[in-house]
Amino acid sequence: MNYDCIVIGGGVIGTAVLDRLAAYELNVLLLEKEDDVASFTTRANSGIVHAGYDCDPDTAKARFNVRGNELLWQDAGELDVPCLKCGSIVVARADQLDKLKELQAKGERNGVETRILDRQQTLEIEPNVADEIEYSLYAPSAGIVSPYQLAIAYADRAVLNGAKIELCSPVTAINRSGGLYSVRTDKAEYTAKIVINCAGANGAQVNDLAGAEHFETTYRRGDYFVIDNTERKNVSTVIFPLPTAAGKGILVAPTADGNVIYGPTAVDTTDSNDTATSLDSLDSVRKNVPLSYKKAAFNKCIRVYAGLRTLIGHDFVIKESDVLHNFIMAIGICSPGLSSAPAIAEYIQKIVVGKLSAVPKQKVKRVMTKHLRLMEIDEKCLNDLIERDSAWGRIVCRCEKVTEAEIVEAIHSPLPATTVDAVKRRTRAGMGRCQGGFCGPRVMEIISRELGIPLDEVKKGGGASIARYKVKEVE
Amino acid sequence: MRTMQFDVAIIGGGPAGMAAALSARKAGASVVILERDVRLGGILNQCIHQGFGLHYFGEEMTGPEYADRFRKMVEAEDITVLLESMVLSLGKDKSVTVLSPTYGLCKIQARAIVLAMGCRERTAGAIALAGSRPAGIYTAGMAQKICNIDGYLVGKEVVILGSGDIGLIMARRMTTEGAKVKLVLELMPYSSGLKRNIVQCLDDYGIPIKYSHTVTRVEGSPALSGIYYAPVGADRKPVLEKEEFVPCDTLLLSVGLIPENDLLSGLDVEMSRITQGAVVDENRMTSINGVFSCGNVLHVHDLVDNVSEEAEIAGKAAAEYARNITRTNVEYVSVSATDGVRYALPQRVSKGEGKVRVFFRVGDVYKNCKLVAECGGKQVFSKKFMVLAPGEMGSFEIDRSALDGDMVVRLER
Repeated sequence: MNYDCIVIGGGVIGTAVLDRLAAYELNVLLLEKEDDVASFTTRANSGIVHAGYDCDPDTAKARFNVRGNELLWQDAGELDVPCLKCGSIVVARADQLDKLKELQAKGERNGVETRILDRQQTLEIEPNVADEIEYSLYAPSAGIVSPYQLAIAYADRAVLNGAKIELCSPVTAINRSGGLYSVRTDKAEYTAKIVINCAGANGAQVNDLAGAEHFETTYRRGDYFVIDNTERKNVSTVIFPLPTAAGKGILVAPTADGNVIYGPTAVDTTDSNDTATSLDSLDSVRKNVPLSYKKAAFNKCIRVYAGLRTLIGHDFVIKESDVLHNFIMAIGICSPGLSSAPAIAEYIQKIVVGKLSAVPKQKVKRVMTKHLRLMEIDEKCLNDLIERDSAWGRIVCRCEKVTEAEIVEAIHSPLPATTVDAVKRRTRAGMGRCQGGFCGPRVMEIISRELGIPLDEVKKGGGASIARYKVKEVE
Repeated sequence: MRTMQFDVAIIGGGPAGMAAALSARKAGASVVILERDVRLGGILNQCIHQGFGLHYFGEEMTGPEYADRFRKMVEAEDITVLLESMVLSLGKDKSVTVLSPTYGLCKIQARAIVLAMGCRERTAGAIALAGSRPAGIYTAGMAQKICNIDGYLVGKEVVILGSGDIGLIMARRMTTEGAKVKLVLELMPYSSGLKRNIVQCLDDYGIPIKYSHTVTRVEGSPALSGIYYAPVGADRKPVLEKEEFVPCDTLLLSVGLIPENDLLSGLDVEMSRITQGAVVDENRMTSINGVFSCGNVLHVHDLVDNVSEEAEIAGKAAAEYARNITRTNVEYVSVSATDGVRYALPQRVSKGEGKVRVFFRVGDVYKNCKLVAECGGKQVFSKKFMVLAPGEMGSFEIDRSALDGDMVVRLER
């Protein structure tokens, strides 16, 4: 199978790149090693659209963050991805005003508008900051987005525009001969003129496979608490502490899906798969949140998770390889990677389009059909829907009020959801306070029915089944 | 939107809902049961073990048999049952918004409402379980559903965290299906389940239980490969130096049940922080006139028989309220719990004639103690117990005529 371009990695960077390339007369393929896109770094981060004031000026991070912020709101709107431009504040005690001013100055150099607020002004933005907080740096252009839904929507639109995505396809070899790359997975071999490495935590390994520059990678794990949506009313904006060398610090933020998160910690690790939370690290979230936010509600926790930031030096690596022609790297994407994704994709699109003299497709789908969500449909419309398809009247996930129709739609979406986790990321079924205790088996039954596979072949995600062995048969 | 009118709308068609419906109908009310599942019976349908009905029916039966007995009685009466019907919201005017594949989004206008939604299980997330997030970690009830309804085992090498009754039942169930239940861990120094379940589900099968121990972290991806556990100190925090590893493919959680009161968020119902259910009077009426609560949505019971009896009280009272034969201007005394008694329910009792049964749960294991109920400093009930444990709900009856002040239920040791 011959392609113009192969994108390796289906995180938010890879899918955004694929989506942009799919708008051109190009034959493009994305290879993802997991059973869904958005399965690793993109699934587990803060979901913040950063303003870009805190990146060191003149870095790739600063450039892509600021441009990405502009593009992301537009993309999320077109793609019908949950997001909210709710602004962010960095909070400070009376003796820390200087630090805020330094941050504001950085922001000015990056072209990011911020304002320093006193306590009273801060309270107008966020009534629940801790009592010790006297100042804050307010960035109105920041906000929140559902990171995995953004990547999934990019992937869906790319597929609708003609791109191809192969899941469960870890790349095992990359060779170059006669000006073409051959990319091998454990299932197939593909050729391409251009390879784009968006492999996230495995970015350096993919570079090594191809024989491009070798990079030392380190990882920084961050643990989070997800808090019940009943707490959403207490958080109006993204609340950061002052940043440190380890990162932006432990934040309190609403999520685009209506929960609240506390985290992340910053635990250095050498293991590219280390996404296990630890007691110590979770405890440090418990200690730190009350320093900036006074309504900490750890008793309303519904989930803990951890994500990994992949670090290569101090900046993103986004460029064509110096040693391998037509091998483009977008790796070392730690924070603010999500915010930067649309701008990174735009940049890579320009390189590819220039190299291949690609022309835009005549007809491209830009605005995605709105996903109907039960709680957002008016009564008349809902009853019409139920009249046509009774699955709209059957609630499967009681916590998040997700109907059977929404789940069936996800299973048959352009990039089909074939696992319980994939359905969860698309519909929120199982993301509520009962964590799938009620709807999990029902979602499994629907996947089994729609895909025509037995229940024990329905996976949670990552290849593991839930219903594993048949009970004893009666003779 | 289609609107239907009933005297009494009952939310939930499990044991509480069915018993409430029957007693409301018997008291002359028109009744609707709103059940989200495709059949009546609620969680009883997956409880295929014995042990139900000894008190209520005087015979021992399985959960489905107990449910079926009630279902047949409901079907024999003029009671409307809407299946696959999820209640989306409740209004203060006792309107109920319901979504169903058959009727669409519709409205039930009732005169009285009985809340009978049951409870849900605490999850790995709620206890902030540390480690990876693999397949293989489930609440005991979810594993029970997959086993008894769908016919599959979730794994073969099992550790159970928590000693709630469903966890204990599943320890036995998985064992009889050929799984190896290696260990049950309980954070507290005592079980939160019934003594009989410890004996019949663990001891009889040689399954070890370690009290004052907890899981410290889980390992494995994408499937569970094992758990670490450790003893806990007096502060219930794990002593990590004593951490040990157990390889396993399944961790079942039986770490508490939470009354499913999410529907009440829009109403101003007074809630108990202890039971996590509504505060009720002896008729199981909440702080909103005409809204009643019974069964596990009110407080978590050990025995379904008690649920049925409580629901009958609520159903009858709801019918009387709907038919305007409830006394108004009643004077209440409050019922509170202290000194080792975690809660007493009902939390208020109206003055009047007749007897009222007060249910209580203690907060720890107490031996050779005396339960005392006092009204305005005067003792109205006392009884000595060899042992009282949190896993077993107790009750006593008092004469309402003796209530001339607020009542306090406490333990004397």
